[in-house]
Amino acid sequence: MGWYAPELFTFCSFLVYFLISLRKGTRRYVRFLAQVLSFLGLIIAGASILEEGEFFAGAYRVDLFSQVFKLLLALGLFLVFAMGRRSPEEVEEGYLPEFYMFLTLGTLGLMMLVSSVDLISLFIALELSSYSIYVIVPLRRGHGAVDLEAAAKYIFFGAIASGVMLYGMGYLYALTGSTNLHHVLEGLREVALEPMGVMALVLTLVGFFFKLSLFPLHFWAPDIYEGSSHLTTTYIATVPKVGAVALLLRLAFLAPQEAKAFVEVLVVLSALSMTLGNLVGLVQRDLKRLLAYSGIAHAGYVMLGVLALSGEGGASATYYMAVYLLMNLGLFLVVVILSRRGENVLIEDLKGLYRRAPLLAFTLAVSAFSLAGIPPTGGFIGKLLLFTAAFKAGHLVLVIVATVNTAISLFYYLNLVRYSYSREPEGTSEGVALSWGERVLCYLYIVLIIYTGLFPGPLMRIFEAASLAL
Amino acid sequence: MELELAMNQLPYPILSTVIFVPLFGALLLLLFEREGTVKGIALGATLLNLLLSLPLLLRFDPRLVGFQFAELKDWFPSLGARYALGVDGISMPLIMLTALLSPLCVLCSWRAIEYRVKEFMFCILLMETAMIGVFSALDFVLFYIFWEAMLIPMYLLIAIWGGPRKDYASIKFFIYTLVGSVLLLVAIIALYLHNGTFSIPEALFKGYSFRFQYWVFLAFAIAFAIKVPMFPFHTWLPAAHVEAPTAGSVFLASVLLKMGTYGFMRFCLGITPRASVHFAPLMVVLSIVAIIYAGFVCLGQEDMKRLIAYSSVAHMGFVTLGIFSFTLWGFKGALFQMLNHGVTTGALFLCVGIIYERTHSRLIEDNSGLGKVMPLYVAFLGLFCFSSFAFPGTNNFVGEFFVLLGVFGVNKAAGLAAIPGAVLAAAYMLRLLKRITWREEGEQAPLADLNTREVIYLLPLAVAVIWVGLAPKGLSAVMEPTLQALIEALRVYL
Repeated sequence: MGWYAPELFTFCSFLVYFLISLRKGTRRYVRFLAQVLSFLGLIIAGASILEEGEFFAGAYRVDLFSQVFKLLLALGLFLVFAMGRRSPEEVEEGYLPEFYMFLTLGTLGLMMLVSSVDLISLFIALELSSYSIYVIVPLRRGHGAVDLEAAAKYIFFGAIASGVMLYGMGYLYALTGSTNLHHVLEGLREVALEPMGVMALVLTLVGFFFKLSLFPLHFWAPDIYEGSSHLTTTYIATVPKVGAVALLLRLAFLAPQEAKAFVEVLVVLSALSMTLGNLVGLVQRDLKRLLAYSGIAHAGYVMLGVLALSGEGGASATYYMAVYLLMNLGLFLVVVILSRRGENVLIEDLKGLYRRAPLLAFTLAVSAFSLAGIPPTGGFIGKLLLFTAAFKAGHLVLVIVATVNTAISLFYYLNLVRYSYSREPEGTSEGVALSWGERVLCYLYIVLIIYTGLFPGPLMRIFEAASLAL
Repeated sequence: MELELAMNQLPYPILSTVIFVPLFGALLLLLFEREGTVKGIALGATLLNLLLSLPLLLRFDPRLVGFQFAELKDWFPSLGARYALGVDGISMPLIMLTALLSPLCVLCSWRAIEYRVKEFMFCILLMETAMIGVFSALDFVLFYIFWEAMLIPMYLLIAIWGGPRKDYASIKFFIYTLVGSVLLLVAIIALYLHNGTFSIPEALFKGYSFRFQYWVFLAFAIAFAIKVPMFPFHTWLPAAHVEAPTAGSVFLASVLLKMGTYGFMRFCLGITPRASVHFAPLMVVLSIVAIIYAGFVCLGQEDMKRLIAYSSVAHMGFVTLGIFSFTLWGFKGALFQMLNHGVTTGALFLCVGIIYERTHSRLIEDNSGLGKVMPLYVAFLGLFCFSSFAFPGTNNFVGEFFVLLGVFGVNKAAGLAAIPGAVLAAAYMLRLLKRITWREEGEQAPLADLNTREVIYLLPLAVAVIWVGLAPKGLSAVMEPTLQALIEALRVYL
């Protein structure tokens, strides 16, 4: 199998959906097809994890780091597709092939992104993934105004972020005379301490901050999460963030060690992001908005690993993103299943969930406890790794801020559990029936989240090797 | 102090067995639907575990100092966390207590739990795994995971099967304990950065600077004081106890509270000895306040469960008083009190559960005049009440006597201040007993006396009360060398 197998396979599945979308008539099989294809994609990404090499004159790099992230991306895509479509209002029947097509294309863009080591290939890959998502956001049925507003906002903010990023890249090129990341960052060494160098680097990162919804580029998240369909939100909340963290790690690792000012900027952004996310998260009633703010806070946490600028920090951030993928998908699964006719789920809708659907309530509890960072879940080990990595790199104050934030965030995560366990259901709330596929997914998330919390050793070994490959 | 692992081993990893048998039981019962089968599996797993834990007691070599039955495996090399287990004279009796109480908790829930039996038994078994894990972990990460893992099933026990104010009680319990846990985590990370390892034995008596000890002690002490709970962190306890189902109350009182005092003994004394001595006067004062204050509060209670909950605060005050007296008698008394309180208060909560099943009320008034209709019940209740106020010949007398012996040895004023607490205990327990046995006017409606199942789960505790009360020597011999070594190591700092 060639080094390009994951990308090639994803591209081929994109073509399959494209051809299906051209045909008229009923296309119910497309959902099943998407699940099969994305599962094959996951296997192929797993099989090509040891490939390495450089291509296109050094613009495209395949190493353990990129392959690990490709595996995570393929996993995310498969899990989103596996969730299925609960109600016909979720995504309009006629647009289903397009829906799968663009999500696949977006993932292809992200896969290319994690391998890009040239400003130009990097930009192309990022835009490929962004534009696919722009198209997906308004595909929600029956919510005309809201989803259009969300889509418009996302496109505008996204375009501006891209513009700012291009602006920064222009500076980088002007300072160093090259678009190759290695050369760029080599050249930056001389100007790293000058405001110009720091500004160029920070502006370039804006595009990734946007994807990760890190402060101050977080403001799109709550509206987009609220406005787009559940499956789209699930995707936006998980997969692109993994890609963004990969690129941030790559850039941070290449950044000159003496770039103190650069690290300081990241420290401030990280602290603000988690504080803002958690404080605003406290008052949210809409589950998806709550998850958006939780996502902003988690972007702040994961930056602890990025700004440690060490192999350990990189591995911790990777581990955290892997766990983040699982625990967020677990919570979104609950949202998708509980949603009635594609409506948003409010925190009150969780009342008495443990009576209506015990398995679902337990999935919610495990995911929420993991997001809050309580053992024995993966979220705890992830946070412990991030905190110790940042501690070792000397960011004591930031670790304290993060610890305080963990305590604050607990209130709203625990609130979810509290509503589903200790509040009685109102009136005649009927039970929630789960299909066997959904049951399997619930068990899968519970087992994986607890597994990552108890046996971090094997995964961490892979991620550490991956960070060394940078 | 190097990793001190005594060379007492069994051919198989007994601690892992005792920790994970309940967990396997919990996973096994997930496969079954019938209520009877589920209860049977839960009872079987806890009884089997009690049986399997017996070698811990029988093969424990009291002459050895250091951790016995030790197990050590690499678990998480990149962080230096290891799967390290071991017990000494402090933790072994606590593990035995947990193993003894678990089957009793299953038995007492046989009829009392009417819905979601499977999930309930699952939580009980999970709790047992986590509790035994806490007492045997010799690695901070492992310890912390067990410590926190216990929180979730306990929260669910209160939140799902609790009383009318379960929402308030469960959230208060969770938030209180979690705030403590966050501080514990900070202290653990600080120790890790200082030592480069998460090993607990390697962190003991290392001669850290006083400033370091000061802060680490504060973080530890607040976390443990919330768990004990010490005055003024005790307010979560009555709420949680009153709302929890009987089995939850028993676990909470008998084992969870001990984790706080166990933490004081294992971590505060060993890791931050100088700071412990420095803060001892404060801790002694808080303990005495707890004893006296809780005693007065008990006098005014109308709810049986609330009364026993507050009496726990007073009893645990004696434990912390003993620990911070820094004498061998004090330590011994504290450890005795931890076990005695586990037995006696657990039994009292079981008694409340039994009467609640019959009258659906926990108010003393509704349950008075039982002497005629439930003589057997009143006999058991009487024994446990007498034990609770440390009547000579019962287990609590031994513990309280040792504590007071220790305290009087170092500070007469502190000893004298604690004495009224013992008198108050007699007052409120006798008041309870009197009103339950006799009735002012009218007759108590006829109620069924104890059935065989209830006698079976009260009897072991009654035997323990009298046995420890009359022959404390065996238990004392088990803990003495460990405590002796601890006090020797501490002598430098006094």
